[in-house]
Amino acid sequence: MQTTSSTRGFVDRDNTAETPGERASLVLGMHRFGEITHQVCRVSENPPPMAWYVAFAVSIGLVGLLGVAVTYLVFTGVGVWGLNNPVMWAFDITNFVFWVGIGHAGTLISAILFLFRQKWRTGINRFAEAMTIFAVICAGLFPGIHVGRVWFAYWLFPIPNQMEMWPQFRSPLLWDVFAVSTYFTVSLVFWYVGLIPDLATMRDRATGKVQQIAYGFFSLGWRGSMRHWHRYEVAYLLLAALATPLVLSVHSVVSFDFAVSQLPGWHTTIFPPYFVAGAIFSGFAMVVTLAVPARELFGLKDLITLRHLDNMNKIILVTGCMVGYAYSMEFFIAWYSGAMYEKFAFVNRAFGQYWWAYWIMVSCNVITPQLFWFKRIRTSIPIMFVLSLFVNVGMWFERFVIIVTSLANDFLPTSWHDFVPTWVDIATMFGAFGLFGTLFLLFCRYLPMIAIAEVKATMPEADPHHGHAHEGAHAGSHDHSHGHGMGAAGLRPAFRDPEAPTH
Amino acid sequence: MSRFLFPRWTNALLPLLLVAGATLPLYVVFVVAYGFSPKTLDVGYMPSQPVPYSHALHAGILGMDCRYCHNTVESAAFAAVPPTQTCMNCHTQIHRDSPKLVPVRQSYETGLSIPWAKVHKLPDYSYFDHSAHVNRGVGCVECHGRVDQMEVVWKDQPLSMGWCLDCHRDPTDRLRPVSQITNLAWDQKTQMTREERESLVKLYHINPSENCSTCHR
Repeated sequence: MQTTSSTRGFVDRDNTAETPGERASLVLGMHRFGEITHQVCRVSENPPPMAWYVAFAVSIGLVGLLGVAVTYLVFTGVGVWGLNNPVMWAFDITNFVFWVGIGHAGTLISAILFLFRQKWRTGINRFAEAMTIFAVICAGLFPGIHVGRVWFAYWLFPIPNQMEMWPQFRSPLLWDVFAVSTYFTVSLVFWYVGLIPDLATMRDRATGKVQQIAYGFFSLGWRGSMRHWHRYEVAYLLLAALATPLVLSVHSVVSFDFAVSQLPGWHTTIFPPYFVAGAIFSGFAMVVTLAVPARELFGLKDLITLRHLDNMNKIILVTGCMVGYAYSMEFFIAWYSGAMYEKFAFVNRAFGQYWWAYWIMVSCNVITPQLFWFKRIRTSIPIMFVLSLFVNVGMWFERFVIIVTSLANDFLPTSWHDFVPTWVDIATMFGAFGLFGTLFLLFCRYLPMIAIAEVKATMPEADPHHGHAHEGAHAGSHDHSHGHGMGAAGLRPAFRDPEAPTH
Repeated sequence: MSRFLFPRWTNALLPLLLVAGATLPLYVVFVVAYGFSPKTLDVGYMPSQPVPYSHALHAGILGMDCRYCHNTVESAAFAAVPPTQTCMNCHTQIHRDSPKLVPVRQSYETGLSIPWAKVHKLPDYSYFDHSAHVNRGVGCVECHGRVDQMEVVWKDQPLSMGWCLDCHRDPTDRLRPVSQITNLAWDQKTQMTREERESLVKLYHINPSENCSTCHR
């Protein structure tokens, strides 16, 4: 019992050392499954720390700003943005691509790392998936409002109508509608299915009537029977298989919005893989940005360990190098193609009127992530936090550079026009961050941030071939008397089956 | 342990939920395709008019030509609503004291227009030219219906974009000789063969455009 002191989870323990022949622990300092349940559930059961209220106030304030900006836009028209002819896409689509990209880490962690049996995913998958969903919501906002007359946003979908008018099926913009809506649906279902057993745990621990009914409703009558678990595992595996191609397809299709056009700087075949790498890059950076304060505030350092962060920083390094390769390859092709316009587009990117945006992008996306070659930096909380913020900034600027520099200076110098954002552009951008923050903070407050049941499966005690059989039994027998009576004698939390003969 | 599990009777709702989930998208499509259509919303629109003027009497029984009043229809985009003076061409002689004509006489004396309620409204963003249609074989009846049988005019056709496009894609069956253009009782489908109508396409050089900018200029 003494292990569940109030400081538990607030201190970093180093589990990043590689010992040959041994798997490093992914759950630190806990030997009982019930402790994990408690560590995760206490976040929602206890009042949140002051910082949560501050962050929530800021976020909801930004949502208000978003509301003002969008209302003004809807009542006045897209002219309130800094758009012009030829720059008809700017902050709106920059934000759209940015947020869709952020989502990709969640899907990669939940689907691909699951299929590759990367057990460290269990510590971070839940909130990475939540992040995906909230990011796609923010992304979906922008195409919706940039159409100008939002009441016609349903024209994005091929619905039979009195005008006999259909979207252009040969246009990647329509493919995008399908890609993003499929992505959102699959991510949401995947996230929700994974939540069900943990919602049942929350239900069983809840003391308030409202919580019991709310968690009970959404846990769909989960009782934790073997049949439930069997179906759950099958469903989860199938959804992982469904989500896996989406990791690659969604941002490929987003990149087609540009690559299929004829504009110099957009019309390149490298875009799909380059966009996917960039999406995973930015997504992992966002996971680190969110995980660092979350584990600090809510005392989850034994579950989201330094090893998790170290692994994510390695992925940021790899994808950052891929993005850097793509940047240089764009320049190489611009030169090698001998195409005058292509060459101009890229020289103009680096040295034209938006040179500062280009060099912010290169510094944040290519140069600073190189620091992650050093383990000391990969495991330093403050440094990784700052670097992950840099990546977020850099990836936002990447989309800005791609979209705006290419549009502002196209084939005809007579039609060139610079883009300058208005306050509405800027308010909408920050407002979207506020929306994201609000949703994420509400998620932290009311839902289990870590996949309780899945994390337990990574503990050595969960392994049927676990060498120290007597310790496992010991831990199990203690568990029943532990804490809130939340039994977890086996791999999964034990739920009483109402159909059991004792009733 | 107090925990919320669904009571047994909720199992019966499960198939309903599945059916609702499956049909909801279809319902949305139906609402947009049918509910939002002017076919549903606009056809039958019959505002009350300031004067009990009967098209059935004037255009039907008396057999007046549409162009007597709507005289710009062959030369302009807009089919004029007649000024009060047009009414008074006859009504200074006929039914001079009819109480039904009080607003007309008032208008004639004061010079203020009669506030007729417009029945066939096209939005500002759509361009339509009457002369382009009536000079090339599209009869009044195609869009306005049997006005010669209406006591009070109502909207007979939806005038929706899809409805316009239907004809622009295949105008053959809607064409008639220009001589019959205002003859609302005349039906080209019974009076002419398809081949004859096709010959009108050639005769009038009908080549309707389907570009956005045809109507949205």
